[in-house]
Formats: sequence, structure tokens, C-alpha cells
Amino acid sequence: MNIELINSLTEKTLNIRKNIIRMITQAQSGHPGGSLSAVEILTYLYFKEMNIDLSNSKNPKRDRFVLSKGHAAPVLYAALAERGFFSADELLTLRKINSRLQGHPDMKGIPGVDMSTGSLGQGLSAAAGMALAGKIDGGDYRVFALLGDGELEEGQIWEAAMFAAHYKLNNLTIFIDFNGLQIDGSISEVLSPLPIPEKWRAFGWNVLEIDGHDLKEIHCAVQSAKGVLDKPTAIIATTIKGKCIRKMENAAEWHGKAPSISECEEFLFELSRGGL
Amino acid sequence: MAKATREAYGEALEKMGGLCSNIVVLDADLSKSTKTCVFAKSYPERFFNVGIAEQNLAGVAAGLAATGKIPFISTFAMFASGRAYEQIRNSICYPKLNVKIAATHAGLTVGEDGASHQSIEDISLMRSIPNMTVLVPADGNETCQAIQFAAEYDGPVYIRLGRMAVPDLFTEEYRFKHGKAVCLVEGTDATIAATGIMVHIAKEAAEKLQTEGFSIRVLNIHTIKPIDKDAIVKAAEQTGAIVTCEEHSIIGGLSSAVAEVLVENFPVPMERVGVRDTFGESGIPKELLKKYGLTADDVVLAVKKVIARKA
Repeated sequence: MNIELINSLTEKTLNIRKNIIRMITQAQSGHPGGSLSAVEILTYLYFKEMNIDLSNSKNPKRDRFVLSKGHAAPVLYAALAERGFFSADELLTLRKINSRLQGHPDMKGIPGVDMSTGSLGQGLSAAAGMALAGKIDGGDYRVFALLGDGELEEGQIWEAAMFAAHYKLNNLTIFIDFNGLQIDGSISEVLSPLPIPEKWRAFGWNVLEIDGHDLKEIHCAVQSAKGVLDKPTAIIATTIKGKCIRKMENAAEWHGKAPSISECEEFLFELSRGGL
Repeated sequence: MAKATREAYGEALEKMGGLCSNIVVLDADLSKSTKTCVFAKSYPERFFNVGIAEQNLAGVAAGLAATGKIPFISTFAMFASGRAYEQIRNSICYPKLNVKIAATHAGLTVGEDGASHQSIEDISLMRSIPNMTVLVPADGNETCQAIQFAAEYDGPVYIRLGRMAVPDLFTEEYRFKHGKAVCLVEGTDATIAATGIMVHIAKEAAEKLQTEGFSIRVLNIHTIKPIDKDAIVKAAEQTGAIVTCEEHSIIGGLSSAVAEVLVENFPVPMERVGVRDTFGESGIPKELLKKYGLTADDVVLAVKKVIARKA
């Protein structure tokens, strides 16, 4: 990746972060912490990696993305709007009555959402099903999914992990947003899913560990996964919950809390100052 | 001839597999029992065993359907509707994905495996989910038709199938009409509305009652959802009393679906033949049906009771 591309993607991450704060403030509910931790990952996927078709969001040849940690819907909606699937104005309807932007993603409602999610643990199975369909048809699309680290406490994740490895779904690449926090506190205190890389390796996956806020590392990991012919890839992305807003960083209380109007202004100012 | 609906399912699925290359089949380590092994033998490249993992079974099917495949997933009714309930609700029905859940070994007649494997709540669970269609075929030929319908219909379908052989009620010429009850016997004194393996038992009861001078209508309610309101209201108007008959709990299944229609449209006396809010146990199917009140004699008693309640 050259410097121009990195700068352009970084600019997108700033817009996406601002929109996450704006939409959650407007909704007065939602999940900012785990949305902000995944901004670089979604920015990379939607602006560099994924083959998607704005004119035909259901194009069967497209790459797919499943937000298994569906509560991070604001980062997905902000990325889709930034990419041009719908107007950024619509982001302010998040979680409101009659809005297409449901609290958790509804694939029937909005273009660009490949799977309805929200109940943790279920998205990886659906992503594996999409990848399996690609194998049956000899399609060359790839399937990406984003999982939370707390989400690894769900048993279904490990059923799907076994399945994807068994059927050698090398067209499936997942990110684990390893921010270390869940609603009730640190993942190691609530119910430790650690050590994460060893578990995925033991389940037969190709495992990569990166800094989830470093676009170059994300790029290298995604490209390297393409060279693996017999395994799905799990990219363990170490991230900071609430990334780029000091008050929110590494603070479990910002998992599912909306900023006040004054906090919103403070956070947007902080983002502008710390950004470009 | 007698055949289990799961046997007919296995044959019908294999046949549909030849007609439609989009059909894929998934099973959770029970393919010999659910009879998906027949499809697996003919189309191994479109059959996937997910192992003993029913939540993932439902979730993978959702992903396959999201790409345009028509997945049929099978396991015992207990584990499909119970273990994978929330995956069926959130990953399949909420986005209205085109997944067919063909659940076998429903009801008490699983037999010797006992209560842990006897699903008597699945109709209730499945019919309460928005976007879901619920089918309970009564014999082999109706199962074959129901599977063909399910393959052609766009949306989630739950098909309840049994382990035990049931006598043929229909010929191969029979044509299944989704959402339309089938009147097997005309009658004017009361109506028996039955589903699944209880349909032939209901017919037997109506025949016994006929010898005693009663004229009893028998409706085969193969589609529990959407329920045939017209046929039920017409039966209430014309016969004045209804007995429901199901190998399922009396809570939330066919009896509840029929009662919902009656209470809103044309209330008449009603009696329910079904499992009376209790778990089953090990035993051979015939013994279980007797002990839990699901024989033709039980239906006869319920019909006489409901007729006595007519004003």
C-alpha cells in the first residue's frame, strides 16, 4: 500500500468515526466502543479489498461481509454510507421508528448488508455457509466476518470453527476484534476466552496476529490469507475499544452508552484535532 | 401400504435433488435415521454433514440460502426446533431465508428413546415465529407433495415428520394444496381436525362413530401455518363442534391454532386430543399412544363429549 492510499483510507476512518459518534448521539442508544475498535478493519475491507457492486448490491459474484458482532452496526452503516450505498443523512435515523437502520443489521432493510445479525455467535455459521456455497459453485468470491472477542464465549462459534476447518473453507477470512472488553468488564474476568490464537490453531485454522488499527498490517494479513489453500484464516486483531476518543478508550462502560450532546461535540472536536 | 413419513421424505428429497441442482442437504450426524442418506448417496457433492452441532446446522443453512441455494436441513424434531430454535428465529426467519427444516422423529412415537427425544412442543415453537410455514404431512404421498411444495416455495418451511410407519391415506395422484385442509370424510354432527400421524387414527374413530349412528367430518390439517381458517369456520358452522387431534402437547400446537380461529370467528364447543402437558417416556409407539390418550377410542370419547356439549 502506498502512502496516498493509506492517507485516503485514514481520511475515511476519520469520517466513519465521526459518523459513529453522530449517529449514536442522535439515537441516544447504541454501541460506540466496539464500533470504534473496528473502524480500520471495515475501512480496509470496504475501500480497498472487497469486490462489491454499488449498482447491484446483490451481485452473486460479490465478496461478502458478515458482522457477527452485530451490535457494532454503527461502524457497518457508517462504512456503507461512506462507500455510497446510501446517503450519510440516513445515518441519523439509526434505531428510530420506521428506519432501515435497525439497532442490529437487517439484510432485508438496507443495501450492502449481507446477513442479518445481532444475536452473538450466529454470524460465523452464516459466513461459513456463504463460503461453502462458493466452493460448491466454484465461485471465486471471498467471505469476511468480524467477530467480537467476548463473542468467542458462545458455543456456536466453535461449532462453526470446526465446520469451516473441516470443509477447508480457505475463501473465509475472519477478524476477531480483540479489544479485551465486554459489557460486564474485561474478557479475562468475565469468562476468559484466552488464549485466542492457540484455540483457533487447535481448531485447524490459519492464524495471524496483527494490530487492528494499522492499515498496513490489516492489508498484509488479508493478502497473506489468500495464499492459504486448505484452511480458513482467523486474523486476531488487537484493538482498543473506543479507539481515538480518550474518554472511551479501554472503558467497558462505553460498550453500550450514547454520548450526550455536549460529549458528542467534545468527541467530534477531539477526532478533528487528532485526525488529519 | 404403510410407510414412515421420514422414509417418504428421503425418497422425495432424492427426487427433487435430481430436478433442482440448487438443492443442498445438511444433516447433523443422523442421516441414516432422517433418511437424508438417500440424497447423500445420489448427490454426495451437495450433501454436508455438520456433525453433532444443530446450531451451526441452522446457521450454515442460512448462509447457503443467502447465496441462492435451497438448503434442506434435517435432524430429530427435538434438536431442530429445540436446540436450534434461536438460530431458526434469528438467522433464518427474521431475514426470511429460503431454508427448509425437515425434522424427523417428532412426537411420542420416537418410542424407546424416551422423553429426551420426544418432541411434543415443536409445532408450538415453530408456528409462533413470523415468516415461518409449518407443514405436518399425514402419510408418504402427502409427504412427497409437501417436500415438492417446500422446494418450490420461497421462504422458511418447517416440515414435521415421523419415525413410525403410517398407513397410506392418499394415492400418488393426490395433490397437496398449501394452506388448504383436506376433508377426508364428510359429516354433520361434529368435526375431527387432525394432523400428522393422528389423521388415520381420526379417520378410524370417525368410522367407529359411524357404526353408532354419528356423522363425523374429518379434516386433515397438513398446513398448521398458515392455517385454513375457512375450512375450520365452515366446520364450526356446519357441524357445531370440533375435536382436535395431534401427537403434540395440547399447548400451542394444532389445538391452539384451531381454537384461535374459532374464538375470533365462530366459537363452538371444542375438545382436544393430545399430550396433556406432560413428558413422555420409553415404550413402543403403540403403548405410548395408548398410555397418553392418543388412540381412536380416545378420539371417540372426545367426540361424544363434544357432541354432548352442543346446546
